[in-house]
Amino acid sequence: MQPSQNPSRANLAGWLYVSPLVLVLVPFFVAPILVVLAASFFATDGFGGLTPGFTLASYFEVLHSALTLKLYLATIKFTVLTWAFTLIIGFFVAYFLVFHVRNQLLAIGLFLLCTVPFWTSNIIRMISWIPLLGKEGLINQALLATGVIRQPLEVLLFSDLAVVIAYVHQLTIFMIVPIFNSMARIDKKLIEAAIDAGASRFDIMRLIVVPMSKSGIALGTIFVVSIVMGDFFVVKVMSGGGSASVVSAFYEDVGVLQYPTAAASAVLLTLVLVAIISLILRTVDIRQEITR
Amino acid sequence: MSAVLADMPETESSKPVAPATTKAIAPSTGGRPWTFYVLATLFAAYVIALYGPMFCIYILSFQDIRGGLVFPMKGHSLHWFVDLFTQARTGDVKGSFDRSIKLAVIVTIITVVVSFLAGLGFRRRFRGDTFVFYMMIGSLVAPGLVLGLGTGLLFQALGLDAAWYTSALGAQLSWTLPFGVLVMFAVMSRFNHVWEEAAYDLGASRWQSIRLVMIPVLAPGLVAVALFGFTLSYDEFARSLQTAGSLNTLPLEIWSMTLNVTSPSLYALGTVTTIVSFIVIGASLGTIVLLQKKRGSRAKG
Repeated sequence: MQPSQNPSRANLAGWLYVSPLVLVLVPFFVAPILVVLAASFFATDGFGGLTPGFTLASYFEVLHSALTLKLYLATIKFTVLTWAFTLIIGFFVAYFLVFHVRNQLLAIGLFLLCTVPFWTSNIIRMISWIPLLGKEGLINQALLATGVIRQPLEVLLFSDLAVVIAYVHQLTIFMIVPIFNSMARIDKKLIEAAIDAGASRFDIMRLIVVPMSKSGIALGTIFVVSIVMGDFFVVKVMSGGGSASVVSAFYEDVGVLQYPTAAASAVLLTLVLVAIISLILRTVDIRQEITR
Repeated sequence: MSAVLADMPETESSKPVAPATTKAIAPSTGGRPWTFYVLATLFAAYVIALYGPMFCIYILSFQDIRGGLVFPMKGHSLHWFVDLFTQARTGDVKGSFDRSIKLAVIVTIITVVVSFLAGLGFRRRFRGDTFVFYMMIGSLVAPGLVLGLGTGLLFQALGLDAAWYTSALGAQLSWTLPFGVLVMFAVMSRFNHVWEEAAYDLGASRWQSIRLVMIPVLAPGLVAVALFGFTLSYDEFARSLQTAGSLNTLPLEIWSMTLNVTSPSLYALGTVTTIVSFIVIGASLGTIVLLQKKRGSRAKG
């Protein structure tokens, strides 16, 4: 494509182009991860001071704590629930936009309508559930007024339900976009051929649409899983302090300057996250998918 | 989001009228299948759930001094907006707002330039490209709070002061750059290499072909990258928490308000920051459409 094509020059040119990216990622991604890894082996005086050394004490503490298991179970519960809801809603919203909206400009307009909140503050979008879900919120008011309930429901806000609602509200977009992208690439002639050959609606879904949207589903899953597992803010605020996740416990640890325990827990979480994501990556070549 | 933004040229210029018949999954007998109505209802419900709560707090922020956190609405006034910027107990909203905007502008500029260059680099394979790619994905999926803590500790260990324009800037770039590069991938995959080759055939240097061919052609995509850079930085919270130093950015201010302010001031702040977001989104999308229009008319005439 370009004048010079000998391999070493191509390597040099490639690295020159990505060098600014690398120059940011090394100090602000690689180095911090290494610092956290190092801190997990350090000892602490309990006041935020770190003593360089090598001890596995923090790992023993984290692994032997009954709390750890509870935190992971809670985190996995939130992750699975959020994943399932965002996948179902995201898949069918994308399906609707790609296959049912006949005017392409309208489809893009509706798609943008779905994406606009992504560019606004997550914190504000989460707080915005308070007037709806609160004890005196709109939903309770409506249910009381229609006589469905006599006492206001307290499980709506500051509960696990509220946490999942906030996650689904924020993260469905991460499913819609990649699934929409892979669905939009499905050749409509393929589906017409299937219809001509006598395939039912269900067959088309099962044999064409789902398999061909797999890479989008995988990408969306990576986003949703990594965000939910790395979140502490939604859990903290929407559960009213009643629930905790791995990272919210990490946040508390940092708050009381227990850096080594926090770091050990973060390293464990990172390993779990890496395992899950590599499992997903085995089903899809993400780079191929993105650059295609 | 990115791919669709980048898709807009084709739909607008080369396909003025989208053929309706090939879109529908059912044979084009004219009527809609029952699934259309079910999914249309689902879609409408989703959009209402997406925007409904946000509009609730915008409306509630315009209450008067008696206002509370829930409906019904008590009076109408701008009391809570004035309160927001004048009361000391709500913290330094003005200052943090100012810092957030400045930081977002710096992040946007760096994100656009670095993502564009990386996008150029990733077009061809080079030794180690997969490593750089996965480093970027890692930076994207890593828990923000953990990265922020690592950055904070690193600065501490090096004896540097954490500040919004140093450590928080870097921490935010570790979040905006992967998004920017992913958007560039989508944009680049639609770039026709023939144009670039033509430029070389006509004797253009590498820099000339970038400046005179690639940047103008890719301009709408670069605006999309800028949109990501600005909004992701402006709303970034987890990575800034341990890295912003003593002076807060706006999301950090909102976070501390959620913990100790229980008045509609909080909603007023939500309304103000969302207005800023909407202005940025509107300006970006408007610019993209304008660029496409200009290009469309030039191509035709």
